[in-house]
Amino acid sequence: MAVNPMLVDVVFSPVDAYLVGREKIREFASATFAVDPQHHEVEVAKARGFADLVAPPTFPIVIQEKTLHQLLGHPDAGIDFSRVVHGDQQFSYSRPIVAGDELIATLRVTKVQSLGGHSMVTSESVMATPEGEHVVTATSTLVVRGGEDAA
Amino acid sequence: MSVDLAVFDKGDEVARETFALTRDHLVRYAGASGDFNPIHYRDDVAQQVGLEGVLAHGMLTMGLAVTPILTWLGESGTVRSYQVRFTKPVYVPADEGATLTSVATVMKPLEAESGELTLSLSVKTEAGDTVLGKAQVVVAAR
Repeated sequence: MAVNPMLVDVVFSPVDAYLVGREKIREFASATFAVDPQHHEVEVAKARGFADLVAPPTFPIVIQEKTLHQLLGHPDAGIDFSRVVHGDQQFSYSRPIVAGDELIATLRVTKVQSLGGHSMVTSESVMATPEGEHVVTATSTLVVRGGEDAA
Repeated sequence: MSVDLAVFDKGDEVARETFALTRDHLVRYAGASGDFNPIHYRDDVAQQVGLEGVLAHGMLTMGLAVTPILTWLGESGTVRSYQVRFTKPVYVPADEGATLTSVATVMKPLEAESGELTLSLSVKTEAGDTVLGKAQVVVAAR
């Protein structure tokens, strides 16, 4: 089954606010080999002018996943999770994420394409503070591989 | 130590690092990211969906590939944007793991108006396969 083209421009309801914690930043930084001290030592981050520990650039994937589950789980989307492959990923920042940030993510589908039996769905998750300050937008293109009948 | 972004020309290499990835790293990343897809820790499940075996999370590859730039920049700048295309799976066999090398070169020198420098990332396996395409990192001085 192809991805439903009617998804384009659908905006999902914002997911619950995500509170960025110091230990989560340290854990994520360690798991991605991010050894720069601004991800681990509060004094270093503060000396560099940040309010607290700085999250590595791909950290928002943790929050974006929650919005992608809304999309993948949508009954009318026509997306078979077992056939999903990550195609492209982008993060576009207004400012770095720091520990203590509260971020509210809202997903919008921007493009649905078919290509040689496969479908590609592009969505952007906009992350902002409760006051409405934009922090980062995470954009993903997921490739949904066609079934045997579509190959 | 601070880095002056203005001194770099197109083609200059600014950072390079080689990573030895093992299954342990995949498990650690699964926990840190919340991505528990079993193709990243079970060969049988990976093979059922037509893969050779357990492969690294694409987002782990994306995450580690940018870290040489973060270390190079240190206090001097921040990442404004980062984008990649996932072009090939990174298989991580249980016994020998996988080796990835990430090299960052200047794609667009510092633009005075925006204060931004654009870097291109080359990320390859030991066999020379490019696993991230169109990998670009825009950094700005602080």
